[in-house]
Amino acid sequence: MSKQFQFKLVLLGESAVGKSSLVLRFVKGQFDDYRESTIGAAFLTQTVNLEDGTTVKFEIWDTAGQERYKSLAPMYYRNANCAVVVYDITQSASLEKARNWIRELQRQADPSIVIALCGNKSDLAARRQVTQEEAQKYAQEEGLMWAETSAKSGEGVTDIFTRIAKKLPTTAPPASRSGPGRAGTTAGRTGVDLNKQQRSITSGDQCNC
Amino acid sequence: MDEEYDVIVLGTGLTECILSGLLSVEGKKVLHMDRNDYYGGDSASLNLTQLYRKFRLDQAPPTELGRDRDYAVDLIPKFIIASGELTKILVHTDVTRYLEFKQIAGSFVYREGKISKVPSTEMEAVRSPLMGLFEKRRAKKFFEFLQNWRDEDPATHQGLNLDIDTMKTVYATFGLEPGTQDFIGHAMALYLDDDYINEPARQTYQRIVLYTSSMARYGKSPYIYPLYGLGELPQAFARLSAIYGGTYMLDKPIDEIVTDDDGKFVGVRSGSETVKAKQVIGDPSYFGAASERGKLRVVEDGKVIRAICILKHPIPGTEDADSVQIIIPQNQVNRRHDIYIAMVSSTHNVCAKDVYVAIVSTIVETSRPEQEILPGLQLLGPIYEKFVSVSPIYTPISDGTADNIFVTRSYDATSHFETVVEDVHDVWKRVIGKDLVLKKREVEIGQ
Repeated sequence: MSKQFQFKLVLLGESAVGKSSLVLRFVKGQFDDYRESTIGAAFLTQTVNLEDGTTVKFEIWDTAGQERYKSLAPMYYRNANCAVVVYDITQSASLEKARNWIRELQRQADPSIVIALCGNKSDLAARRQVTQEEAQKYAQEEGLMWAETSAKSGEGVTDIFTRIAKKLPTTAPPASRSGPGRAGTTAGRTGVDLNKQQRSITSGDQCNC
Repeated sequence: MDEEYDVIVLGTGLTECILSGLLSVEGKKVLHMDRNDYYGGDSASLNLTQLYRKFRLDQAPPTELGRDRDYAVDLIPKFIIASGELTKILVHTDVTRYLEFKQIAGSFVYREGKISKVPSTEMEAVRSPLMGLFEKRRAKKFFEFLQNWRDEDPATHQGLNLDIDTMKTVYATFGLEPGTQDFIGHAMALYLDDDYINEPARQTYQRIVLYTSSMARYGKSPYIYPLYGLGELPQAFARLSAIYGGTYMLDKPIDEIVTDDDGKFVGVRSGSETVKAKQVIGDPSYFGAASERGKLRVVEDGKVIRAICILKHPIPGTEDADSVQIIIPQNQVNRRHDIYIAMVSSTHNVCAKDVYVAIVSTIVETSRPEQEILPGLQLLGPIYEKFVSVSPIYTPISDGTADNIFVTRSYDATSHFETVVEDVHDVWKRVIGKDLVLKKREVEIGQ
């Protein structure tokens, strides 16, 4: 029987490094050059099927702009199984910001969290300010996964999420294996479900991911 | 900060966060600021470091309390009524997807020196020591009357008119004893004092129906509670606002509410920057409460004392419940207002294992408030640590429509969020000019 896992993945990184674009490419296979900040999406979900038959479903949380003035709520990190910290390879300052976010994660998030450092905009390599060596060295020192991606061309995007998916089920504590504590679905919840009574009447949106 | 907004919201308490969430969904351009570096304002849940910083300036948290991050201690003790108005807003806005709830394990009431469980099933009611045998029969008739009441069917009215007859008359009709009245009015209808007895019975009827339907919903008590503390609620609504384009700035000192020559709102000044908006909403602390500076836009309307007590054991007499509410009706301790105890524990991810956090609170009646909560403190057993605060309750002096400055109310002494939601509806109506209608949110979810 194939195993199914659900994980909460949070995105972090400076504004305009392409966090939302990266997820949009991963989830919908789309890219929009003049994309404004995400409006109206609570979170996106995407499933990765691994070769051994394991299915990993990501519940992906966007910062919704709350990172801009250092106003990200603790709730955001809560029960996150993995984090993708994004920087822009054409902006060396964005790697500095990424380091800050990683420190923040190490302080606030669950110690078992899997962190991937992601250098986005690899299609703009001509304007590169961050070398691969520099980022890779830092990732190795901190024990992070690392990749360069291009949300625009799609290069490396599926690959990094797949690598996270492969790493997760074996490193995450058993408690989170049946699903994150804060999943939007009822599966894996131990508490009461507020939506139960109302939902049965309205129906239709029962399956939200 | 040179943009112009529709609404600036000051303070990230629950009332303000619900409002900014709903306003953002409505399409308003919202800027939400807080002077603190954490979410929640007066309705925040604090970790140990924050808690000690607030109450014990020069003292570090004792290491034996465990890890800082395991704590989320509420400043205001409240529970969510399962079938109440906050639940409706949570479901309609889909904010439930960010939160997880658990039941509060039990509801207790104090009578003649000891506490008894408020019956949650018929079996418990039959066994309950709260009433004698004959009184149980009378109470049964009373509850059947309430249950069978249909406005349109006079046969169910038993000669009573809920809109005219007072609760006193209704109690008399069923011959209920004063102790039973205390129990019904305070532990079920959740009145803080006895003023309701001389009011028409309708509101009490509605409150009892709310209580019993909430009780029936999940079984153990009428209350639910969010994991990681009440402070998760404002954060969840803030995320809703942000997702709909709301801008968030924490750790931002608010130095001045800028008005024009007519006294109308212009903007908010922080340092040398002034942000403009058409309207401003904020909690009383941003509008002159507890300060000599600036124009006072709120008045004090009583005080609440709250004692946050850290225990190393469950509350005695509660069958080791992991969470409880205990109500001490005012008549039982010769007061005008009830004393409440609200306790949560590690089951709700608000403290380390084997630690229990109980908050004893009441409306202040004398010049020695700590003395007033003694009957509550005495029920707790040994108290490991106690943090006491006496907070004024502020209400706005004007409805804000003249100057576009809308002030919310302080959190009151009630044990639930019904009055918070009332305030949300009230402010919404003044800000938008029409009633708040909750629509099911259209959610975009990628597959």
